[in-house]
Order: sequence, then structure tokens, then C-alpha cells
Amino acid sequence: MLSPEERAEIEAEFPHYPNRKAVCIDAMKIVQKRRGWVPDEALADIGELLGMSIADLDGVATFYNLIFRRPVGRHVIYVCDSVSCWIMGSDRQCGHLSERLGIQLGETTPDGRFTLIPIVCLGACDHAPVMMIDDDTHFDLTPARIDRILERYP
Amino acid sequence: MAAEKPLTLNMRPDGAALDRAAYERAGGYGALRKALKMSPAEIVEEVKASTLRGRGGAGFPTGLKWSFVPVNAPHPRYLVANADEMEPGTFKDRLLLERNPHLLIEGMAIAGYATGTDVGYIFLRGEYKLAAARIANALAEAYAAGYLGANILGSGYGMELRLHLSAGRYMCGEETGMLNALEGKRANPRAKPPFPPVSGLFGKPTTINNVETLCNVPPIVANGAAWFRGLSRGKDGGTKLYGASGKVNRPGIWELPMGTTIRELLEEHAGGMLDGFRFRGLLPGGASTDFLVEQHLDTPMDFTEVQKAGSRMGTGTMIVLDDKTCPVGMTWNLTHFFAQESCGWCTPCWSGLGWAERVLKAMEEGQGQPGDLEKLAFQTRFWAPGHTFCALAPGAAEPLQSALKYFREDFERHITEGRCPWR
Repeated sequence: MLSPEERAEIEAEFPHYPNRKAVCIDAMKIVQKRRGWVPDEALADIGELLGMSIADLDGVATFYNLIFRRPVGRHVIYVCDSVSCWIMGSDRQCGHLSERLGIQLGETTPDGRFTLIPIVCLGACDHAPVMMIDDDTHFDLTPARIDRILERYP
Repeated sequence: MAAEKPLTLNMRPDGAALDRAAYERAGGYGALRKALKMSPAEIVEEVKASTLRGRGGAGFPTGLKWSFVPVNAPHPRYLVANADEMEPGTFKDRLLLERNPHLLIEGMAIAGYATGTDVGYIFLRGEYKLAAARIANALAEAYAAGYLGANILGSGYGMELRLHLSAGRYMCGEETGMLNALEGKRANPRAKPPFPPVSGLFGKPTTINNVETLCNVPPIVANGAAWFRGLSRGKDGGTKLYGASGKVNRPGIWELPMGTTIRELLEEHAGGMLDGFRFRGLLPGGASTDFLVEQHLDTPMDFTEVQKAGSRMGTGTMIVLDDKTCPVGMTWNLTHFFAQESCGWCTPCWSGLGWAERVLKAMEEGQGQPGDLEKLAFQTRFWAPGHTFCALAPGAAEPLQSALKYFREDFERHITEGRCPWR
């Protein structure tokens, strides 16, 4: 079941679009904001609210890389692997993150604290290499900086 | 005297957003007041006369694009600001979105009036969290002052403007992919024609412009087309937000006259190469533009001149390749990006890009084969415009085909030596 808050927030989007189907991406993001990811049962509930099949919704969900169909850690680390960051050594920063957290890209730490995933260019190339953790962008990464930044995400 | 840096002049040095009061004190929303006293056709003519060309990368004339909405086109009509800045190496719209959100809103209100738009959307990439918060705040301020909504400033014209946060994928920046994303679908491109001005969002007439393009509209209306043309050193009017990233002394973004040369950007504004690094080449405007090299440094950065040099100005944000970075590795990184971001709709793209990525990866890891370069060159021709619904595969061809041309001996060394000489 969608929570009353989730349902209200989704319904608040209805007037902004001429049909309900257009709200589906927002709806999945609203669920994900509260639960961390979009489980199967939420997909079914959203489908019922918007008049869409689960297959249609999952087709949309799996297209967009910021919608998660599997559980993630408390914090998601998005490390830029695009060209400007690569020139500035993102491979080394990513390797440091991987070693420090003991996980590979696409994995979650056993304590459920961090998920590490690659992301395309974050539009901060003058401060490469960069990464995002949850909603925050972190610039000019070095291994020492990364270690200090991680401490802020318990 | 009108500002010579109309996009950035009034930005706060502390990095905070210019709020409505400060924006108004600097003359903000004066252009909207002026526009509402003009006819929509007069505004379109003024923008045409300004020679403003789209700043998203393709450089299509903005006034001409607006004139494609038929006069008697049905309503509702839509206007979409493409704020899905996902071209690798590009970080110019973020500056405008975070620091001067009212300039975009005013530009959209004027563009909306000129095209008879009823509803506008700002399609913002989901990762731009700071921009999202600042735009949401600026939208509330603009509504409260009567710059948006029904009956704008008592003119009888009304437009609703909404912020839409994307859920990712490069394809959303392709204009018809963006329309599908706004409709709650996968962001595959659409067959054209019909073009969006005739049948776009929800099947209605739709105009789509880049953020920087729209931000140029208020200064054009306020100061006139002749003033705007005079800002430029060449045929394409206005200023341009140029940028540079890579191993340069001062990576950054600068608003400069359109037609500033690559050498000036690289040496004066970016401060030249970092100590110990030599220049080898650059992508002039994002990942999907052809490499330029030493012989092209005196090219003025505008749509016309960069094209003559064999590339595209694209977004105007340069990515610099140095002598300690492997050109094959860089090309692999770029091709990986395009292969990953392909939506899977057209065969040359979903099949060819992944295949080329595997060839480049093998080459970089010392497994290159004789004949690989010819195969890669064949692929780039296979991705040419006309073979696919959208510009993703043609864009992917540009860095690869030019890397094969300018860094051929580096590719050959990978194959003959069976290793990457930079590793």
C-alpha cells in the first residue's frame, strides 16, 4: 500500500500534467525518496493509481538510472566516470572508494551504509574528479578528501 | 550602456542565487514588460535579427525555430527549457541555473508570449539538486510578483511554468526523447516529421530551447538585435559561455564575445597547460564533437568557424587532452559513455557502439588486432546522420573518427606493441 503521504504527494502532481500517466516517473521518485527504492508492490500500487500496467511502469523504471528497482544502502555514492573526471584521475579515486568500502561498483556494503555506483558527467568538470553522495556534490577529490567526506555520512 | 556580459554580469560573487529583488534592481523583468507591449511577431523578428543560435549544441537559429509554430496552431501549446545538461565535459547551464534563475524564467515568459505558449516546463536533470532548489524558489517569487500565471502583469497573456526533475539518462537531452520523458515514457527519440512545433508534447505544438539560449532572450529584447550582434566578433551574435576542463591551470567558465579564439580561451582564460603537461588536442564543445589539434588553435569559437575546422562548437565547453593522457583510453571512455547511454532504438547505435567499445577496450588492454582501425572507421561511417532516429550515434562518431585521424600512430602503437604506452 502507498502511504497516505506518498499518495497525497503523487496526487499533488496531477494538476501539472494533462494525464495521469505523465506523473509515473515523479510517482516512482516519490516512493523512492521515502523507501530508498521502488519495490514490486509499490509499482503495483502506483500502476493502480495511474491506470498503468506493472509491465509498462517497469519498462519506464528500468530506463532511468536514478530509479532503483533493488534496495540500496543508507547513502548512495555516485562517482563520475565521464571524460573530464577520467582525465583528472577518477579511476584512482574510484579505486580508493572501492578499497576503502570493500565493495565493487554496483554493490552495497554489508552494513547497509553505502551503495557505490558510477554516474555520467555531473556538470562540475572544472572541479574534477567529482562524486555525489545522496543530494550533495563533492569536488576536487583526492583519497584524503574522500576519507574525510565519508565520515559525514553515518 | 548595456552590459557586455549580459548573462553573468549581475551574478553575485559569493555564489548565491540572485533573488528577485536584486534581479529587478539590475533591470530584471524590464524586458518582459517591454515584450508584453510588442506583438509576438515583433519579438520573433527581433530574435531572428539578433542571429541568436541555439546554445544546446546544434546551433539552430532561435527566431526561426519559434516561427515554426503555426500561427493558428491549436492550444495548449508548450515551451520546454532543456536544462538536462548531460553532455560530458559541459557545465555551463548549471552556472545560469544556480546563480541567475530569474533570467531563465524571464526568458521563458518572453519566449512563451512570442510562441503563444500556455504551459512551460523546465526539464532539469535530477542530479542538479542545488539548481532545483533555487529554481523552485525563483518560480515562487516570480508567481508572487505576477510574472507567471494567468494574466501576466495585466497583459491578458498567461503562462504556467513548472519545474520537472528528470530521473537520468543522456537521451532525455534529445528533444523528442525529452518530450517522451515528460509524458512519463522511456526517453526514446521520435520519428521526425512531425517536428515538435507542429506535434510535440502530448501531441501539441511545442518549442524546445536550451537554458543559455533562453537566458539570451531578455537582453536581446531589452537592448535590441543590433546590440546583440555587436557583442560578437563574428557572424553568430552575442556572447558565449565558454569553458575548459582537463589538465589546464584554471579550469572554469567564462562569458566572452562569440568568436573568441580557442587559443585565447586556452592560454589566457584557462591559463595554459599545467606544468609538466603538453597540449595534444581538445574536444571543443563536449563529448560529441570532433577533436581539434594544434593547427586549429587560432580558430574562432563560433558555430560557423569551428565547423570549417572540421568539428562543431557544440556546447562551447572544451575538454583538453594532454600528452600524459592516452588518446585511445580517452576515446574508449567516450565510446563507453555513448554505448551505455544508447536507448536501444536503432541498430547502428545499440549494436555498433557496444561493439566499438569492446574493440577499444581490447586495444587499450593490449589485445588490439591488425585491421581494428579500419573496422572502427567503418563503424563511424555506419553511425552517420540519416542512419538513426536521433543524433546520439552521429555524435559518438565525431570523437572516434577524429581520434583515428589525429592520433593514428598512438592507436597503431597499441596494436603493434600489444600494450598501452601510457600504462
